[in-house]
Amino acid sequence: MLAALPLIPLLAGLMALALPADGPRRWLLAAVGCLHLTLVGTTWVHPPAPAYGGLLELDPLGQLFLTLASLLFTAAAFYAVGYLRHEGAVHEKRDFQDGATFVNAPERVFSLCLCLFLSAMTVVCATRNLSVLWVGIEATTLSSAPLIYFHRHRRSLEATWKYLVICSVGIALALLGNILVSVAFYDPVAPAASMDLAELLPLAPGAAKPWLRAAFIFLLVGYGSKMGLAPMHNWLPDAHSQSPSLVSALLSGALLNCAFLGILRAVQILSPAGLGAFCGELLVLFGLISMVTAAVFIVGLGDYKRMLAYSSVEHMGILALGVGIGGGAAFGAMLHAVNHSLTKGALFLISGNILAVYHTRSCHDARGVSRALPITAALWTAGFLAICGSPPFGLFVSELAILRAMFAGGHGLAATIYVIALAVIFVGMATSVCRMVQGPLPPAVRHPGPERVLSVASPLALLAAALTLGLYVPQGLADVLARAAAAVSLGG
Amino acid sequence: MAAIQSLLVALVVVNLAYLAVTRLKTLTRITALQGVLLAATPLAIAGPHGHGLVLSLAVLAIKGIGFPWLVARTLSRLEVNPVVEPYFGFNMSLLAGVGGLLFSLWLESRLPFPPGLFPPLLFPAALTSIFSGLTLVVARRKALTQVIGYLAAENGIFLLGVPLAAQGSVWLELSVLLDVFVAVFVMGIALHHINKTFESIDVGRFCSLRD
Repeated sequence: MLAALPLIPLLAGLMALALPADGPRRWLLAAVGCLHLTLVGTTWVHPPAPAYGGLLELDPLGQLFLTLASLLFTAAAFYAVGYLRHEGAVHEKRDFQDGATFVNAPERVFSLCLCLFLSAMTVVCATRNLSVLWVGIEATTLSSAPLIYFHRHRRSLEATWKYLVICSVGIALALLGNILVSVAFYDPVAPAASMDLAELLPLAPGAAKPWLRAAFIFLLVGYGSKMGLAPMHNWLPDAHSQSPSLVSALLSGALLNCAFLGILRAVQILSPAGLGAFCGELLVLFGLISMVTAAVFIVGLGDYKRMLAYSSVEHMGILALGVGIGGGAAFGAMLHAVNHSLTKGALFLISGNILAVYHTRSCHDARGVSRALPITAALWTAGFLAICGSPPFGLFVSELAILRAMFAGGHGLAATIYVIALAVIFVGMATSVCRMVQGPLPPAVRHPGPERVLSVASPLALLAAALTLGLYVPQGLADVLARAAAAVSLGG
Repeated sequence: MAAIQSLLVALVVVNLAYLAVTRLKTLTRITALQGVLLAATPLAIAGPHGHGLVLSLAVLAIKGIGFPWLVARTLSRLEVNPVVEPYFGFNMSLLAGVGGLLFSLWLESRLPFPPGLFPPLLFPAALTSIFSGLTLVVARRKALTQVIGYLAAENGIFLLGVPLAAQGSVWLELSVLLDVFVAVFVMGIALHHINKTFESIDVGRFCSLRD
């Protein structure tokens, strides 16, 4: 069962590459998403046995992030059916920003890379082996770079190059971190057979602490640059603003979580070694820096996709902060990861609808959305309220849980910075979103007619899920969240 | 033990040479030299048999011959200006490299190394390599020098992993080889696109995305 999970998207990707007809290929993506999601869903009922000699093994933490990745992919795949109908054709297009002509990448290659991307993320989530995890995260970089460069113009190339260079250096630093973990566990008499958590955790109390500390710093900076923690976040706004919206949704909703999982695995090793407090301090520090950075940049930002990207930097900061505080905040962070993925995925898909009609990413020029696209405008407003943590959406519950744990743990200063950053971001985003939704339709924009079902169904479903989680968390999900939070508890 | 010490000293010198070189062609040759030296380290540490020998041959083929050839081919195809254009000067870079070397030597004297794991000077040599590589990534204008810098940094990480290879797991080496392979492959493709689109591989022209 677990063995098949990464293989299904891989095979589907090859099929997509071979299929000559556009229509079936687009629906193939959606079918793969559904199949993958169904299989992942059955793991919630029947925990799967380890596969490939223990290289793949699903624990609550992995299960949570795997489900998110699968869900986001499925939503994006259905959205892609409509998106590719308009964007798939290979002919010269005019760049709306600088007027130069460009073509899109071949749709087959795009579909292949999407499937490979899902396969790589599945491996990342479904392993407890640090080596496999690392290879998987590297594979996500390689499979997603062509996705960002779908529109083959200068700006997307610049974004792709930045993404490749920054994330490759990050992944190299993470490798260094992994090697330092090996040094910490070095035992000439009885060497550890593999870098599997099951192997390492019992040995953790006896590992060399200075080396573990150094390893964690490199893993945090390495995977953190992929996760988009400030100040290593520079690639994120560029890549998210230049890639197709469904790719941005996958990057933000699924990929950043996978990188976070890399850091969480390191936390899992350091806690039993008695270094939980050390991890916590660093995570809180990077979390707060990310939130403040996002708050500073989001105010007055004229580009709505970059605005969403900076919001991702903020929420990744919240995740790091929550795990760093520990206790109830760790549970809050896990719930927050779920809520953020659902909401941010929906918002990026909606931003794609707006971009398709207005041909601009400027908040100042894309006005009167409620007149041109009434459903999209309603979802855009709801999504904005959700992402800023307004009740009754799920992010309110998780952000409040983290805040309460901060006060309970005596982190007064951090809590103050947290609340101020959230408030500033709310105001900053509100200005842009309200301006976009209201006002008259710009004369240059033609009324697009009724909205297509495929362009609003996915974001609607994701937002509905985020709303539900604000009102009610199912018992099964709460159990997995609690077990995931317990796995990353910082210990004494 | 003498062999590995000589190798490591040579590696340190190569690392500093990365920062002082002004011609792209020479830079490519230095990459090849570093690859060959790296290929010799598993032999010098573990002796010429079994796993160490295979690893060494693979490294020679990939880092010593494959990449430098790929980079050289890219260089000749792109018809770029053969001079390495720095953001900050060669003397400054070299000074920074020496600073990095001194720092890593100091670090070696302070860190509690597991007894018998690292031969003396391996840790500073690896750290200087990472440092020089990252300096090339941030301090040079051409996309190609960024790729070479990335390779140099990877080589440093690889060097640090070599003594651990005897611990039984081959994952580390496999992943390093895989990583460098795809990095060059993908970055090579990206380089061609950059050259085609911007008619240059000067990343200084990347200035349209900002807040």
